[in-house]
Amino acid sequence: MRPRAGSTAKGSGAQAAASLGESVLLQVWRLKKYFPVRKGVFRRTVGWVKAVDEVDLFIPKGETLGLVGESGCGKTTVSRTILRLIEPTSGQVLFRPRSKSLPPVVEVTKATKRVMKLLRREMQIIFQDPYSSLNPRMTVGAIIGEPLIVHRVARGQEVRNRVAELLEAVGLKPDHMRRYPHEFSGGQRQRIGIARALALGPQLVICDEPVSALDVSIQAQVLNLLEDLQDKFGLTYLFVAHDLSVVKHISDRVAVMYLGKVVELAETEELYTRPRHPYTEALLSAVPVPDPDYEAERILLQGDVPSPVNPPAGCRFHPRCSYAQAICSQETPGLQDCGGEHYAACHFASSLALRGVKVA
Amino acid sequence: MTPTSSPFKPEPLWKVRVHLFLGAARRNWALFAESKIGLVGLGIIVLFLLMMAAHPILMSTVWEPRVYDPVRGFDPRLVGRHPAPPSWAHPLGTDPIGRDVLSQLMWSARSEFALGVTAAVISVVIGTIVGAVCAYFGGVVDMFFMRLADLEMLFPFIALLMVLQSVMPLTLIRLALLIGVLSGFGGITIILKSQALTVKVKPYIEAAKVAGGSSWQIIRRHIIPNIMPLSFLYMMFNVTGAIFTEAVLSFFGFLDIRMSWGIMINTAQESGYLGAFGQYWWLWAPAGGAITLLCFAFYLVGRGLDAVVNPRLRKR
Repeated sequence: MRPRAGSTAKGSGAQAAASLGESVLLQVWRLKKYFPVRKGVFRRTVGWVKAVDEVDLFIPKGETLGLVGESGCGKTTVSRTILRLIEPTSGQVLFRPRSKSLPPVVEVTKATKRVMKLLRREMQIIFQDPYSSLNPRMTVGAIIGEPLIVHRVARGQEVRNRVAELLEAVGLKPDHMRRYPHEFSGGQRQRIGIARALALGPQLVICDEPVSALDVSIQAQVLNLLEDLQDKFGLTYLFVAHDLSVVKHISDRVAVMYLGKVVELAETEELYTRPRHPYTEALLSAVPVPDPDYEAERILLQGDVPSPVNPPAGCRFHPRCSYAQAICSQETPGLQDCGGEHYAACHFASSLALRGVKVA
Repeated sequence: MTPTSSPFKPEPLWKVRVHLFLGAARRNWALFAESKIGLVGLGIIVLFLLMMAAHPILMSTVWEPRVYDPVRGFDPRLVGRHPAPPSWAHPLGTDPIGRDVLSQLMWSARSEFALGVTAAVISVVIGTIVGAVCAYFGGVVDMFFMRLADLEMLFPFIALLMVLQSVMPLTLIRLALLIGVLSGFGGITIILKSQALTVKVKPYIEAAKVAGGSSWQIIRRHIIPNIMPLSFLYMMFNVTGAIFTEAVLSFFGFLDIRMSWGIMINTAQESGYLGAFGQYWWLWAPAGGAITLLCFAFYLVGRGLDAVVNPRLRKR
């Protein structure tokens, strides 16, 4: 039942979605988030921004799923919706908690306040901006210790010991807990954010562009830290990013999003070497190759990303796709299995010969 | 991740806090001292505080209570010549019923401070909490308090207090509470709410939500501490407002207060000496000047604090 992401939408009912493979930690099924567009004195809803439109994903335990796409494609909305920081419009998010006081599989979108609080211990997030994600008026110790105090898992000296441990785990010094965030560099601040996310011993950590705001030398350090922590604590990551080389480095599998939909999902090497969706091909062609003799053949997409308020009919990519044919503007392609757990949402996924990049 | 006992023993937290507080205080003082207007304001306030502190000392040493009591005093040596102009015995003269003006001026400083500070603290506490709650929850709660604030701001404040004093005697404490509560739900709420809105969208609020913090925990631990500097600033401006309101109401004799700067001017007015404007200047000028100067001083301190709170106003 694992390749739920491959169900081509039609026919598979709600009961089908409720099943979750043993090894799968998180499954997102037909997740939708529409934001209302309001106008006029009476704030009448005149349309909907379809930020996330029927997204299907799953992440096996201990794996890293990279989620890529350009700005405004809904990556961040997906990650926030999974954590219920944004309430989804419809769809399901299934999660397999470790806690004994919860059922083996929880439907996150329908979780009550009490259940949600228990789930918070197991699902955490690392933010993009290491500056605004730490309260400037709290000491580092208070920031990292806050989840422990809120969940009453530790108190007094225990909190300080735990914070000291966490600081060491992320490569900072225990006595840093007495300082304030502004005394740290961007990379160090991101480490503090990581320590806070790990405080409650979560299973799933959503990394929302955790290295985008850092300079390149620090990026590598933080990525390595994330990998070390994954090995050490058996973490599962949903890694949201727009930098394909970063995603390639850290992900086991990669999902590509375009205008609120997942257009391709495959193992990292498979996706990079043999893309099946024209959009993925275009994205990959933009990755810089560190070889001076390499003749780049950039695929320059025509036009802009269409508005998610009024997305194109049929395949959402068709107005910019060089392989588009008549059917593309009429029928919306679902994710199809192209073999080897490689899913692509393109009518011609199996017939097109698309160019990938060499994986180092 | 099993919690093991770590050998790390940090310094006690209170020590760290004190250290950090002193550090922050020193930095903020440096910023405050940079704007000279703030220092001038502070200087004037200290002057009034000294005046206030000196009054009981003078009363128990050089000033005969029967003569110099601000409310019941009377100088029998000058019978028939009240209001007497300034002299060595009465540096600011006496009022129409023979009381020492300087003594009244100094004695009243205490109630002015008490009133101003009490009213300002109440209004800022209300404004901060209501503003933070409105910003965080939005919706109906926000709508209710914002419309209340609009109403509050449109309503003639002094007229309302005049009506209220006919229902119940307005003592100093009641007046302080009323001014505090009324202005707390007024404009200050809107200002602090807008500040809280900029805090609410910061990712650390989301982080607190993901940590499992309840709404109240988030408001208390994250939003309020981050709007406090602005609250503090508006506290200074509100002291001015409260003192001013008191002066107006006392002048018209609406307050149940024995002595205040407003009442001093009121006394001059009641006995018909305010008409001859320049001739009996010692009846109105000291009190009027004190009101103006103290309001001005708190305003200046507010402006000085503004430079600390609001980085855009700093030089460099």
